[in-house]
Amino acid sequence: MGLLEGKRILVTGVLVESSFAFHVARLAQQEGATVVLTSFGKAYRLTQVISRRLPVEAPVVHLDVNSAEDLDALAERVKEHVDGLDGVVHSIGFAPQSVMGGNFLAGEWEDVAVALQTSAYSLKALAVAARPLMHAGSSVVGLTFDARYAWPVYDWMGVAKAAFEATSRYLARDLGPDGIRCNLVSAGPVRSTAAKSIPGFEKMESVWSERAPLGWDVNDPEPSARAVVALLSDWFPATTGEVVHVDGGVHAMGQ
Amino acid sequence: MAHSESEILEGLAEIVNEETGLPTDAVTADKSFTDDLDIDSLTMMTVVSVAEEKFGVTIPDEDVKNLTTVGDAVSFIAQAQA
Repeated sequence: MGLLEGKRILVTGVLVESSFAFHVARLAQQEGATVVLTSFGKAYRLTQVISRRLPVEAPVVHLDVNSAEDLDALAERVKEHVDGLDGVVHSIGFAPQSVMGGNFLAGEWEDVAVALQTSAYSLKALAVAARPLMHAGSSVVGLTFDARYAWPVYDWMGVAKAAFEATSRYLARDLGPDGIRCNLVSAGPVRSTAAKSIPGFEKMESVWSERAPLGWDVNDPEPSARAVVALLSDWFPATTGEVVHVDGGVHAMGQ
Repeated sequence: MAHSESEILEGLAEIVNEETGLPTDAVTADKSFTDDLDIDSLTMMTVVSVAEEKFGVTIPDEDVKNLTTVGDAVSFIAQAQA
């Protein structure tokens, strides 16, 4: 019996096969889950095409996480495919190039605001939009990149991730009374769609191979995807507001 | 089974037509995807993904940026299926 047998999971952020969310969706299906994807705008069609490469083609519902209209309609759109949600995966992030890649000091508020709304506030927006479908035991899981530190090239995306991590803790506080958990996986760098959009990403890769006691393979999204599936499962029933590091151990090392 | 270059061109034109609404006869080997056909990067990724399925090939992300014209894509797919 799979870890997610009978569970209904909403997965955001599947764009291409190298999307981290694609691996989460694939593993979730392999563990027995029914998966529904979200996408929007011009990416919607691409997500539909890529969905055919999952073990089971998953339906795609429209969701621009920055659109109040889409958020309001989310529960109804998801209900066309499943009658409730046992899990929601947040794998959404965006920052304009002008506020990443070494542009920290030059970053302007308009662009920073886009990064914060899309990459941090969206966790709250998604959780609240999906809340009518969730129940005691449901699990929200997001992806972060260790926001306690300043990293090369990550810049305002790093600030957004700090806000994202705080948002997860407040969601854990406010959804906890309903029995809904909210946790994050803090993954080491993986050459995903998101990573390719960060200029100078390879500078972060080299840190990992030098410092991870377990070693680290930037081409392998599987360890982080497994952790997401585990947090979606019933095997972390009393864990919320947590950040699970899937980084080869880098976060625990002094140098 | 391997497709000929003319079959690939015809197939690509159908995909572009389905994804963008452009008439198939506008999709000729000399046309640039971005400059002539006005295909943006997300639509290009969609066209490439559908083409991968249709022709049974893999077109790595790093190669997609080198496919400037329709003819470039036809040649790439022809070689990839060989």
